[in-house]
Amino acid sequence: MTELSRIWRETEYRYNLIGFKCNNCGESYFPPRDICPHCHRESIGKMEKVKFSGNGEILSYTTVHDAPPAFKRQVPYLLALVKLDEGPVITAQIVDCDPDDVNIGRKVHMAFRKIREDGTNGVIEYGYKFKLD
Amino acid sequence: MLNNVYIIGAGETKFGELWDKSLRNLAVEAGLKAIENAGIYSRDIDAIYGANGLAGTINEQENIGALIADFSGLSMEGIPALRVEASTASGAAAVREAYLSIKSGEYDLVVVGGVEKMTDIHGSGILEKMSSILDREWEAFFGATPAAMAALIARKYMNDFNVEKEALSMFSVNDHLNASKNPDAQYRNKLTVEQAMDSIPVADPLNMMDCSPVSDGAAAIVLASENFVKKNKKEGVKILSSAVAEDYLSVGSRESIYTLKSTRLAAEKAFKKAGIKRDDISFMEVHDSFSIYGLLELEDLGFAEKGKAKNLVYDDIKLNGRLPVNPSGGLKAKGDPYGAVGIGQVVDAYKQLMEKAGERQIKDARYALLHNMAGTGASSVVHILGE
Repeated sequence: MTELSRIWRETEYRYNLIGFKCNNCGESYFPPRDICPHCHRESIGKMEKVKFSGNGEILSYTTVHDAPPAFKRQVPYLLALVKLDEGPVITAQIVDCDPDDVNIGRKVHMAFRKIREDGTNGVIEYGYKFKLD
Repeated sequence: MLNNVYIIGAGETKFGELWDKSLRNLAVEAGLKAIENAGIYSRDIDAIYGANGLAGTINEQENIGALIADFSGLSMEGIPALRVEASTASGAAAVREAYLSIKSGEYDLVVVGGVEKMTDIHGSGILEKMSSILDREWEAFFGATPAAMAALIARKYMNDFNVEKEALSMFSVNDHLNASKNPDAQYRNKLTVEQAMDSIPVADPLNMMDCSPVSDGAAAIVLASENFVKKNKKEGVKILSSAVAEDYLSVGSRESIYTLKSTRLAAEKAFKKAGIKRDDISFMEVHDSFSIYGLLELEDLGFAEKGKAKNLVYDDIKLNGRLPVNPSGGLKAKGDPYGAVGIGQVVDAYKQLMEKAGERQIKDARYALLHNMAGTGASSVVHILGE
């Protein structure tokens, strides 16, 4: 069973799609990171939280048929790499659509959804998924 | 000071669903086989490096170095025994650490063993544990599995380079054909391309025959310094070079999702240090946990241009082809016991280079390239063996 604090400390980022921007080079990052991989020490103290628009496009996608227990009830589900308009590529589910309408290059936007359940008595975890525009 | 490092013995368990064997049974069995094969005694051993990926989560057993040393009967001697962890590349990472320890002059004789006991968890629960080779918080949390991440890479690759699914399936077909000649392999059945293409979907475009199995297994080798080899009149295979490189942990963070940059960098370093060319390589063992990786690895190891590996998978990679790949049966058919894989590759290459590979012996095998990869490409370890 996952301790609540482990989920809670990431909620700001997962609920709002907040990442980090390096104010030394201007590059944006998701998931959150403390150091810019381009600027290294030059970025210390210059990484700033940034809320992404939630708009992007599908870079690649798959239908997952074989999933861990926490996702068993969702099988089959669509998982994608979504390239956000601001640059970062993130791993997320695509929902509320006919799978046949999903293509590489298709425009998507973020939706707030239930992600998984930690067993029958554990916390219900929420975060971002994406819908077709 | 240059101190060459030789492999003087090797042994492994069968890979597969080995319900009657525990984590420690497997480790000890492989270790003893290697020691016996090398003809050395426990009193000669300077150190043990144990490779393991997931015993902490799967078997709820850490302290793997001590466990291996203890049940190999070596606890009274106080021989240093440490675990090396680099996810699915733990095996080759341990080989590298052992290589460096001899290269430095500190040790003369080191045993390197890798073990993984994966079938101790029932049903889909193992998939949860296996997904810890990804970024838990930002990939696996959202429903990604190792197969799903490989599938995302495969879809984009096939789209951008106009590669048919059949090219991926051919990699698995080759693995199974080779494994049919390997008594240690998990799957010794031959596979037709139709069977590979028609197997049940896992994460499309990948289906079951694109994915390595869940495996138990262990492998071990004995490494010795040039001094030890000369003094004790041992025969062996030289490790010409060892290299490792890293990339971003998450697929989405990488410069290109279908370029294994860690593999590219490790291969460049390994060839430079070995002083041989790609044309000199007699055969390769590559980390094809998913068929798509086999194709990407042919490219990123420098044997084909990006998008062109499809030209090699029909003939060149066969056992009697221009560039035999995975003569052992690879991860798909020999098996994929995470921490044992990289050492199992060395065991097989050692047999080839000593001309003791039996039915699957490659004629005049002189140089081998071994590639072991962590996660979806976060780390790659490349070894070149020969002479």
